[in-house]
Amino acid sequence: MKRSVSLNVNGSPRTVECEPRALLVHVLRDELDLTGTHIGCDTSQCGACTVLIDGKAVKSCTVLAVQAEGSAITTIEGLSEDGKLHPLQEAFWKNHGLQCGFCTPGMILTAFDLLGGNPNPTDAEIREGIEGNYCRCTGYQNIVAAIRDAAAAMR
Amino acid sequence: MATLFGSGIRRREDPRLITGAATYTDDVKLHGMLYAAVLRSTYAHARLKKVDARAAKKAPGVVAVYTGADIQDKVNPVPCAWNVPDCDLKTPPHPLLAVDRVRYAGDGIAMVVADSRAAARDGMDLIDVDYEPSDVVVDPEKATQKGAPQLHDEVPSNIAFTWKVAGGDTGKAFKEAEAKVSLRIRQNRLLPTAIEPRAAVASYNKATGALTLWATSQNPHIHRFLCSVMLNIPEHHIRVISPEVGGGFGSKIPVYADEALVSYASIDLGKPVKWTEDRSENYKATIHGRDHVEFVELCGKKDGTVTGLRTKVYAALGAYASTAGPGVPTILHGLMYSGAYTIPNIDGTVYGVYTNTTPVDAYRGAGRPEATYLLERLMDRYAAEIGMDPVEVRRKNLIPADAFPYTVATGITYDSGNYQAALDKALGMLDYKAFRKEQAAARKKGRYLGVGVTTYTEICGLGPSQVAGAVGFGGGLYDSAIVRVYPTGVVRVYIGGKPHGQGEETTFAQIVADEFGLPVENVEVVAGDTESTPQGWGTYGSRTTAVCGSAVKVAAQRVKEKAKKVAAHLLEANEDDLEWKDEKFVVRGSPDQAKTFGDVAVMANVAWNLPEGVEPGLEATAFFDPSNFVYPFGTHICTVEVDTETGVVDILRYIAVDDCGPQINPMIVEGQVHGGVIQGVGEAMQEVAVYDEDGQLLTGTMMDYAVPKASQMPELEVAHTTTPTDVNPLGVKGVGETGTIASVPTVVNAVCDALAPLGVTHIDKPLTPARVWQAIQEAKGGAS
Repeated sequence: MKRSVSLNVNGSPRTVECEPRALLVHVLRDELDLTGTHIGCDTSQCGACTVLIDGKAVKSCTVLAVQAEGSAITTIEGLSEDGKLHPLQEAFWKNHGLQCGFCTPGMILTAFDLLGGNPNPTDAEIREGIEGNYCRCTGYQNIVAAIRDAAAAMR
Repeated sequence: MATLFGSGIRRREDPRLITGAATYTDDVKLHGMLYAAVLRSTYAHARLKKVDARAAKKAPGVVAVYTGADIQDKVNPVPCAWNVPDCDLKTPPHPLLAVDRVRYAGDGIAMVVADSRAAARDGMDLIDVDYEPSDVVVDPEKATQKGAPQLHDEVPSNIAFTWKVAGGDTGKAFKEAEAKVSLRIRQNRLLPTAIEPRAAVASYNKATGALTLWATSQNPHIHRFLCSVMLNIPEHHIRVISPEVGGGFGSKIPVYADEALVSYASIDLGKPVKWTEDRSENYKATIHGRDHVEFVELCGKKDGTVTGLRTKVYAALGAYASTAGPGVPTILHGLMYSGAYTIPNIDGTVYGVYTNTTPVDAYRGAGRPEATYLLERLMDRYAAEIGMDPVEVRRKNLIPADAFPYTVATGITYDSGNYQAALDKALGMLDYKAFRKEQAAARKKGRYLGVGVTTYTEICGLGPSQVAGAVGFGGGLYDSAIVRVYPTGVVRVYIGGKPHGQGEETTFAQIVADEFGLPVENVEVVAGDTESTPQGWGTYGSRTTAVCGSAVKVAAQRVKEKAKKVAAHLLEANEDDLEWKDEKFVVRGSPDQAKTFGDVAVMANVAWNLPEGVEPGLEATAFFDPSNFVYPFGTHICTVEVDTETGVVDILRYIAVDDCGPQINPMIVEGQVHGGVIQGVGEAMQEVAVYDEDGQLLTGTMMDYAVPKASQMPELEVAHTTTPTDVNPLGVKGVGETGTIASVPTVVNAVCDALAPLGVTHIDKPLTPARVWQAIQEAKGGAS
C-alpha cells in the first residue's frame, strides 16, 4: 500500500505517493524527476546519490522516503540561486574538478556540508571529508583544488 | 583573438553537469515505459535443468518473462568482434540468455519485464531455476592443465587461441646472455567501475520498424552495427543514442546481451523498455580487466644492454569472448613488448583462456599496462642482477631520439619520440641522486624508502583501418566529422567519436573556432547520436583527439577553402590575393577590403550571390584515417616509504612527465593524467577482483572492491615534454591511458626497491599491507 510523504524539495513543498520500501533516491529521481541525483552503487559507498537533508549531506540511497517526511531536501538542481552558480559549482568548473560528471552532484553537496562545518579545511581534511564519494575519472586532485578554491570564495 | 589551441579554457560540457541538467541513460523516461530485470546465474558453471517462469508471469505488475528457450530461435548470440588471425581463435557462441548451460556467475538466464523497477525485481525472485552444478575453474593457467573442467566442448583445454609474436633470434640471445632474470607475474583482475552503471532504454515503432536504443556506450555506431547482427534488424532502422555517459574506461565498449534483450522486449511488447544494472550486477555482468598469469624472462650483457625478452602468458578471456576480448592480450599487448627500448630479440606466446568468470575485455590501457608492467619489473630485476642503477639500465636501452621512426622487434613502427628528454626532466624534478643519498641515510636508521622509475611508450590513437582489418578487428578505425555552418555564422560539429568525460566538446570547439576566427562559444560539438553523426568508431584506445579531432580539422579546412572562394567573389578579388589575417579574409595590401567568416556564412547559406560553380551551403564532412598509430611516451617516478612492521606503503612523491605532442587544452590533458595515474595506483596498491574456487565473486560489491578514495590517494606532480607526431594534421598523440600504463610498475618498483635490503625481489600487486608484510616475512624467513 502506498504512503503519502510530504517534503520540502529545493524550496517547494511536494507530496508524493510511494511504497513504504521506496528509497528517497528513487522518489527524487522517478517521482519528482530530479535526475541530477545519481545512483552508482547499492551499498552506500559511492556517494553519487548525496543530497542535503535539513542541511546535512546524506546518501539518499540509505534513507527510505517515508523517513524523510517533513524534511527540507536540497538536490543539485536546487543549489544555484537566481540562475547564479553556487561558488562550489563555479569552482568545480574553473578547476576542472569533473570529467564524466556522474559523481559531481553528490561530490558538490558533500563538499557543501564539509565547508559548512569547516570553512577553511586543509587538503587532508578535504580528502577525509569526501572519502565517502567516489570519483573514477579525476584522481581527486582537481576536486580537492575546487573545494579549496570554493572555501576561499565562501569565507 | 588569441589562438585557442594550447589554451586551458574551461570546459563547455560542465554547466549541465554541475547543475544536474545532464541526461544520462537512466534519466530517460518515456510514455508507457516498462522496466526490465535480468535474472543471472548464481552458479559459475552448471547445466540448467529447469527454468520455470510460470509464477513470475503471474506476479503483480509483470508483463512478460523471456527465457533462453523463448528467444533462442529469434535472436543471434552476442558477437565477438575482434577475430585475431593466425592464432586458431575459437569463439563459441554466447547466447543472449543461457539455454542449457551457464558458464559464469552472472550469465543471463531470464529477463522479466514489468510496469515498475520494483515489480520486475519481485518477479525475478519468483523464477524457479534448477541447476546441476559442474566443476569450476577460475585461474587462467590452471584452466589449461590436464583434467581442468571444460567450459566449451569445442575448445580443448579451454585454450581459445595461441598467439605468438617473434622478432630476432631469442633462443640465441638467451644462450649467449651474460645475465638473465625471470619472474612469475600475476596481473590482478580488475573491475572497471565506471561510477555510472550500464543502462539501456529501447523504443520500437511497429509501424516504421524503427528501433531507438539509448545506451551507455562509448561507441554508438558499433552498438548499432552489432545490435543489428543480434536482432536481425537492418542497420538503418536502428538509431543508437548514447547520451551523457558516466565513465567507461573500456567497460562500455562491448556490446552486451542486455542491450539486445531490452530491444527484443520492446519489439515484442510494442512499448519502451528500460533496464539499469545496479552495482552488484555491474560487477558480475559488465566486463572485467587484466587477469594474466605471466612467465617472463629478460637477458642481456653485464654492461646493461638488454638483448632478449621471452614471455609465456595465460590471459583470461572469462567464460566467453567479449567484443574486443581476443585483441586486448595480443595486438594491444604483445606488440608492445619492446616498450621504450631497443630489444633486438623478442619471443612471446599468449594463450587466451576461457575460465568460469565474467568476460574480460578492454579496461583503461587494455593490454599495454600489462606489457609495460612486465617489462618494467624485469628491467628493475635486471638492474639488481647486474648491480647497475635501474635508471642507467633504462638509459642504456632507450631508443635514441634520432632513430625515429623506429621499428621494434615485434614489427611495429613508432612514430616519434625523445625519451631521454622526458627521463631527464623527471629525474630533475625529483633530484634522483639526492633521493638515493636520502634513501641510504634512511636505511641506516631503519627506515625503508624506495624509488621506482618507469620509462614507457604505448600504442594508441587506434589506428589505420587497413591495420584494423589485417589484425581481425571487426570494423574500421578511421573517424569522422561534419562541420556545419549556420547562416548566422555559428557552427555545429557532428563527430563519430563519443567522449564521456574526456572533454572533446571543448577541445574540438577550440580547433574549429581557431580555424574560423570565431569565439569558442559559437561552436558546438555534438556526439553520441547515430542519427545525426557520421559513421565513426567510438572513444577508446586514446584515439578520439588524434583521429576524430583530425577529421574535425580536415572538415573545418574544407569549409574554410569554400568560404575563401565566396569571400573572394564578394570582394571582387582573385582568390590568390586573399589572406587570412586578424580572423578575416583580407585582400592583400588593402586591409579595409575584408570579409569575416560570419559575412561569408550568411552569403553561402542564402546563396544570393555566389561565384559560378559554387554550391549553396557551408558545410563539409571528413573521414580521417591515420597513416599510423601514435606512441606517446614519458617517464614516471614514484617514491615511497614502507612501514616494515605493518606493510603499509606511503607514497611520498609521484612525478609524471608525459609527452602527448602539442596540447590543445593543457588543463584537460592534466586531468587525463591525474585520472589515469590514480587508476593505476589503485591497480598497484589496492584493487583486485577475487573469485573463490567455486567461481563466486567475493569482491562483488563496492564494500569489497577497493575503489580508490580521496583520502587514500597521493597528490601528483605533472609535467610534459612536447614531441609532435606526423601521422595526423594536429601533431597530437593520445593521453587518456598513459597514466594507467605508466603508474602501475612505477609504484610496484618503488616498493620493491624500498624492500630490496630485506631480500624482497617481487610482490604481486595489489600491494596491500597484508601482501607487503607477508613478503617481508617470507624474505626474512628465507634469510634466516
